[in-house]
Amino acid sequence: MSGFKDKVVLVTGGSRGIGRAVAVAFAKAGASTVVISYAGNEAAAQETVALLQAAGAKAEAVKFDVSDTAAGASAIDTLVKTHGRLDVLVNNAGVAVDGLVMRVKDEDWDKQLDTNLKGAFALIRAASRPMMKQRSGAIINITSVVGEMGNGGQAAYSASKAGLIGLTKAVARELSSRNIRVNAVSPGFIGTDMTSHLSDELRQKMMEGIPLGRLGNPEEVAGAVVFLAGDAASYITGEVLKVNGGMYM
Amino acid sequence: MSTSAIETKVKNIIADQLGVGEDEIKPESSFIEDLGADSLDIVELVMAMEEEFEVEIPDEEAENIKTVGDAINYINTHKK
Repeated sequence: MSGFKDKVVLVTGGSRGIGRAVAVAFAKAGASTVVISYAGNEAAAQETVALLQAAGAKAEAVKFDVSDTAAGASAIDTLVKTHGRLDVLVNNAGVAVDGLVMRVKDEDWDKQLDTNLKGAFALIRAASRPMMKQRSGAIINITSVVGEMGNGGQAAYSASKAGLIGLTKAVARELSSRNIRVNAVSPGFIGTDMTSHLSDELRQKMMEGIPLGRLGNPEEVAGAVVFLAGDAASYITGEVLKVNGGMYM
Repeated sequence: MSTSAIETKVKNIIADQLGVGEDEIKPESSFIEDLGADSLDIVELVMAMEEEFEVEIPDEEAENIKTVGDAINYINTHKK
């Protein structure tokens, strides 16, 4: 496939889980350069870089915390200077700190909103400049089924993910005249580190609510992201694509 | 840079950004009403001028730049 030939892709939170699968899927789809960001796990980030190179892409891992908006802006700046352009931005980096609402600390609320929502906003703000100049670009925000239907014990996480949907739609409208499409992918229950700590009992209970009767895997989310970034989705913007096995329709 | 060089450069940027002929660009031309710019175009123009002339145009100042003359004046007063 050459749909992404000469394209430069940035995937935040790309060292593990869904982010890694998304980065690898772009490399396999022919993207010439795939840059991942990671907050702390250097070893995992380097593993992802090796996978990307094996798939034939130029790859790079950049360390910054997306909640540090200045660091994000400067990373985009450097990326555009180094690689000449930015075609696809995938805001995947996210953090969940579960807890019942009466016990949620301000700092936990802030951490989730700052990473999941403000971080995405800051990178969109920084990326919109080069993308506007190029008159092309695709932005994909990874939201969550809980941003659409809520989830007990995840007030902040759900709020941050619902916020991403509003952000997606607003920016989709704003940037449409510059041929920049902005969409969201909303994964359901996906088998990653983030969901691995759930108890068997909870897991079983969740499974009952999934018509397809199983967890999703990160590659199934990645497929939707690559689709939305590519020419096959050229008339799709402001969409929230559910990848949840039917868990929420 | 001389005042007339700045004027020429600003007009070049505007012509390029808005896809209009330089003969249409007069000091009194309003970006939105006469030259067909939308709000994103204005942001892009401001960005292009900031780059070209190495000035910072704060948002509250940018809001007051409505005509080609406003832009030229701003650059003339603020260029380094």
